[in-house]
Amino acid sequence: MIESLPRLLNATKVTIELTLLSLLFGIFVGVFFALLRTSKNRVFYFISYYYSYIFRGTPLLVQIFIIYFGLGQVEWIRESFLWILLKEPYSCAILAFTLNTGAYSSEIFRSAFETINKGVLEAAKGLGFNKLHIFFKIKLPIAIRQSLPAYGNEMILMLKGTSLASTVTLLDLTGVAKHIISTTFRPVEVFIVAGSIYLIMTFIIHNFIKYLEKKYSYE
Amino acid sequence: MGLLAYGDTGWGDELFFATLMTIAVAAAAIFIGFFLAAIFASFKLSKSKTLNLIGSFYTTVFRGVPELLVIYLFFFGSSGAVMYVARIFGYDGYIEVNAFLTGALSIGIISGAYSTEVFRGAIQSINKGQFEASQVLGFKKKIYYYKIIIPQMLRLALPNISNVWQITLKDTSLISVTGLVEIMRMSYVAAGSTRDPLFFYSFAAVLYLFLTFLSLKLFNKLENHYSKGY
Repeated sequence: MIESLPRLLNATKVTIELTLLSLLFGIFVGVFFALLRTSKNRVFYFISYYYSYIFRGTPLLVQIFIIYFGLGQVEWIRESFLWILLKEPYSCAILAFTLNTGAYSSEIFRSAFETINKGVLEAAKGLGFNKLHIFFKIKLPIAIRQSLPAYGNEMILMLKGTSLASTVTLLDLTGVAKHIISTTFRPVEVFIVAGSIYLIMTFIIHNFIKYLEKKYSYE
Repeated sequence: MGLLAYGDTGWGDELFFATLMTIAVAAAAIFIGFFLAAIFASFKLSKSKTLNLIGSFYTTVFRGVPELLVIYLFFFGSSGAVMYVARIFGYDGYIEVNAFLTGALSIGIISGAYSTEVFRGAIQSINKGQFEASQVLGFKKKIYYYKIIIPQMLRLALPNISNVWQITLKDTSLISVTGLVEIMRMSYVAAGSTRDPLFFYSFAAVLYLFLTFLSLKLFNKLENHYSKGY
């Protein structure tokens, strides 16, 4: 049980890296599609709607398989510069995770934008703020505060989601755990160690979000 | 479209039965989950501190650990556990546990952790006055639960049960790693033998979308039905 710890801890780095990178890119994708969703243009609205519908309605495993195994089949992708990224399982995993978490976060951010009090925006307009100012100084901070609890859940879901990287040959925490299980036939012990590492990470995320919620609460 | 032909020339019939398998595993899993949730929700709501702790432990662990890790635990662990029990009874051979069973059980335990929270929330949101009223009317505790609490609770819990069902349905794709022939596994086999992964995985995505769409419609209907009186 103890012997497996160093290898699992090493693999935890991969898991953390995958989670943080996907979440970072996912925030941008999420905000982008949330804005499209609130736009008055029908086309933008539909693009955003179906993007989130498709990525939330299918399993992450399918998405990662389409990107990793499927896209290599397309001639023009193989010949384009994108191929440098798409032939690597690592970047494929990041892409799949980013698009997946982007879809969920876009819904979270959208509802956060929608719940902003109209009066606040009118007040800002009345005070002569321009559009950019209103967005960055008023809308975004309020939306971030609003979406914190739901986004915390999404962070934990993404952390768990990165375990699927092991299906495309990456050696993340779950991948290494599986490898150790299949060579030693000690499923319970390895599960306890790897599971505890995941639980510690969930615990840290949970408390981090709680801290932020407190820090940015209005009361 | 020839790839999807029914019969020996295409993968249509294989994928159709794989879809049925996905539905069957998901249904088995969610019912196992409900069963566990009924137990653990009552633990969480009980006055005993130990039972509370057991309930919280269950939901924290199975909502905080990746689904895939739980599946590996059951996949590699179940035959070991069964053989261990068999050895006590004097049987020494190798026993392989059915992939459907391990799959439904592992997804069911995860699904149960989510359902526990749903049930607990729904029970807590029922007005306390109902309990007092039923006591005054002289209902037994059993009848109070079956005839008053559970019917109301189910209505309140329906939207969240719908969510849990969607999660469970999507989680079944992970059982493909154990070799159970559901949508993902069948697509994997088809993609390998036709060298057309893009088509088959995209088709799998369409199948999942269809299933999630259909279940959403169904749950909406149920919700409408059960909120008639409100």
